[in-house]
Amino acid sequence: MSKTPQSRIWIANGLGMLSRYNWRKIAEAIALPVGALLFSLILFGIFCAFCGKNPFAVYGLIYKSAFGSWRSFQGTLLRAAPLMLTALCTALPARLGLMIIGNEGALVMGGLGAIAAGLLLSYGSITPSPEQLQNVSGIPSAGVLLGMALAGIVAGGLWIAVVGALRHYRAVNETISSLLMNYIAIALMNHLVGGPIKDPGETIKASSFSLPEMNRLINLPTTRIHYGLFYGLIACVIAYFLIQRTTFGFAARTAGGNVKAARIAGLPVGKLTVMICFLAGSCAGLAGMAEVAAVHGRVNESLVAGYGYTGILVAFVARYNPIACTLVAVLLGGILSSGGALQRTLDMPDATALVFQGLVFLVILFSESLYGRFRVFKEPIAPIAAPPLPPSSSTTVSA
Amino acid sequence: MTEVINPTEHDVLSDIHGAIAPPQLEVVSMTKRFGSLVALDNVSLHLKPATFHALLGENGAGKSTLVKCIMGFYRADHGDVLINQHSRSIASPRDAHKYGIGMVYQHFTSVPAMTVAENLVLSRFDSPTVIHWKQEYEHLSAFMETAPFKVPLNVPVGQLAAGQKQKLEILKQLYLQSKILILDEPTSVLTPGEADEVLGLIREQVTDGKLSVLIISHKFREVTSFCDEITVLRKGKFAGTGFVKDLSVSDMAEMMMGEKREPQKVEKVAYSEVIPVLELKELHTNKDNGLEAVHGVNLTVHSGEIVGIAGISGNGQRELVEVLAGQRPATSGQILINGEVYRATRSEMFKHRVFVLPEEPLKNACVAHMSVAENLSLRTFDRPPQAKGIFLIFKAIRDLAVNLIGSFKIKAPSPDTPVGNLSGGNVQRTVLARELSPDSIKLLIAANPCFGLDFAMVDYIHSQILEARNRGVAVLLVSEDLDELLKLSDRIIVISGGQFAYESQTEKADFAAIGQSMAGH
Repeated sequence: MSKTPQSRIWIANGLGMLSRYNWRKIAEAIALPVGALLFSLILFGIFCAFCGKNPFAVYGLIYKSAFGSWRSFQGTLLRAAPLMLTALCTALPARLGLMIIGNEGALVMGGLGAIAAGLLLSYGSITPSPEQLQNVSGIPSAGVLLGMALAGIVAGGLWIAVVGALRHYRAVNETISSLLMNYIAIALMNHLVGGPIKDPGETIKASSFSLPEMNRLINLPTTRIHYGLFYGLIACVIAYFLIQRTTFGFAARTAGGNVKAARIAGLPVGKLTVMICFLAGSCAGLAGMAEVAAVHGRVNESLVAGYGYTGILVAFVARYNPIACTLVAVLLGGILSSGGALQRTLDMPDATALVFQGLVFLVILFSESLYGRFRVFKEPIAPIAAPPLPPSSSTTVSA
Repeated sequence: MTEVINPTEHDVLSDIHGAIAPPQLEVVSMTKRFGSLVALDNVSLHLKPATFHALLGENGAGKSTLVKCIMGFYRADHGDVLINQHSRSIASPRDAHKYGIGMVYQHFTSVPAMTVAENLVLSRFDSPTVIHWKQEYEHLSAFMETAPFKVPLNVPVGQLAAGQKQKLEILKQLYLQSKILILDEPTSVLTPGEADEVLGLIREQVTDGKLSVLIISHKFREVTSFCDEITVLRKGKFAGTGFVKDLSVSDMAEMMMGEKREPQKVEKVAYSEVIPVLELKELHTNKDNGLEAVHGVNLTVHSGEIVGIAGISGNGQRELVEVLAGQRPATSGQILINGEVYRATRSEMFKHRVFVLPEEPLKNACVAHMSVAENLSLRTFDRPPQAKGIFLIFKAIRDLAVNLIGSFKIKAPSPDTPVGNLSGGNVQRTVLARELSPDSIKLLIAANPCFGLDFAMVDYIHSQILEARNRGVAVLLVSEDLDELLKLSDRIIVISGGQFAYESQTEKADFAAIGQSMAGH
């Protein structure tokens, strides 16, 4: 090392962003989750062997049905879209030191908000009469969808903001309260679709009225992927910039890292908590809106498909990094979408994919305890000089 | 006792446990070093059987180190512990228990969710694998009959009041048949009434010849009303001993503080015109446990003035600083800065240019896993040039950091190193750089800014604080180090029991009076 501190700083400035990170840290942050995934694959293979199936056949089938062809990859992306959004519901508050698992509830509330807005804007009523059903309003489809998205965002956001407010003002444990609020949200939805907003024409499954076809979220041309995928990608990128590049994110990271330091700097910890929770919930709410507007067209119990819970897993595996959430969502979306194929082809129960997911969850949680335990990822201890040094006292090996 | 022990030791043990009278405890020229720091330097102490002996000294005088050496938590580098005139090696609290020595700590060590009876059985060193509860209860009830104070056996400890919990801690030692009781500030968590009751009952046991007590205390009131003898430590050295009946409170204070120390001369700019910057009006606040920590203090700090607050830790100064720093709400009263009400919001901090050097900077003022650069910009990240609108400008954040790292000589591998990876002194420099560098600073709140740092660093921090004062900054300096306060302060105030007990210009300060008001007299 023959650099003077000045030239080191110059190089650092020249490299900009890149030099801000220590590559060993990055390597660790990638290697540990990947290693954990591989380890859970092995465990899952053992499980499959016990079920009398060839593990390699199972791995092969999962790969084929998730990523093997464009057609099957579409199914993966279809599932990845809501996962990206629900993952943010855990990933954002985690930066503030909160462990929120109310993703499923916020998604359901977002779906309810979206269907209410969608029906109001399309028919003028949440429970339209047969005459109203014949008269779809003249509001353009984009306007209806925008209204639905806003309603979903606000409904999901307020739902989790309540959790944040309880946490800050009443010291209620946010993990427990958000978990319990999932049940409340699902019960509320069942109650509403079973009575107040029930579509009497639907006899098989209690549901709300359906959106008119013209006001649904459409698919990308020639695919079965809907535009909700872009909601997810854009939300993740925005979330990343919000946390890493804005003053709001800086304040949130400070409060999450040390609330005493945040208070000494006069940061409004309570406001930050509620705001981050609102944003988190609004992402999950938007996922609910996309599911309603693109997939189901109405609200019923199919909305509770476990995307919320899988979203928690996505956030964990991605180490709460919003950009990493997009990739992990695709990976786990693939695992989810292979469940059907496992059932059809290998005659394994549909829940096999859930077993795999559960194993990944456990191993990832375990891998959290391994950070800093491997010497390879530790920065070598270099002699530290106090910059700036007068040239004469610089004792580093000269070039 | 199943272990094989040599006959003399066996005799001693049967003497200790068979006899009613407590054994004699002597500490002979004990020395204990921690690295280069000499915590105890050739200290001796003689605890006569059936006496109540107080161990006095300022913070950091070595009292806790001494009792921890007696209890076998630390191994002394030099010196002996004699029990009934025989040299004994005590390597662990279990050994200490063998010789009849038990300690009651400042903080409760009982399990809150378990009952009193369960906690007592748990405390036994010979806990059986299977507990015969019926039999244990009979034993415990019989023990309670003879105990000096009663605590209900079936109540979970969590439901007891602080005084009862402290009684339980002492009962534990009696239950373990300790003959020598070491109490480390046992009354710091009690109200004065509870303290008198507990100490009075122990006093009776001592008078009856059943116990010897060595108590660490900061409160002269307790020493004069309950103790027979005192031993005083000062800066790790033996400073004196004597009978309480022969000594006045000011004698004791002088032993603790040493001869009158001339305030070290430092260069100070004299200001003719003084403007009040910080005003506290009837300020009250609570401790974490909801008890009141600060009982209505009034204070004015002027520009170009350092006001020093002295006091033994735990008398409300930490909570007072936390209120001023925005970390703790005041329960009533007012803080005015430049005549305006101050609630420690970010905009008010910026407007009035208030900066804080809290104690334990890594815990109180830094985010350990964020970089040095980010920590340095904690006060300014949301203003130009470090931010444009809501966007952070990394280059400006980094440039500022590079500057401050240079001018405050922070030893960091790079501005991007997490601040938690730096040494304590460099963490302190980082906070100092952030809090003292702005030229516009108007008010500085500093709490034990030099705690745990080496001499060079202490000098550096002192010079920085003085330099700020000479620039016209109003400084409130809270410290447990009296020398530091005498050196830096223009005015000195003593806080005791959450109230200001003494106030004087530093050059006119009466040394004995400071000592006495610190000890609550």
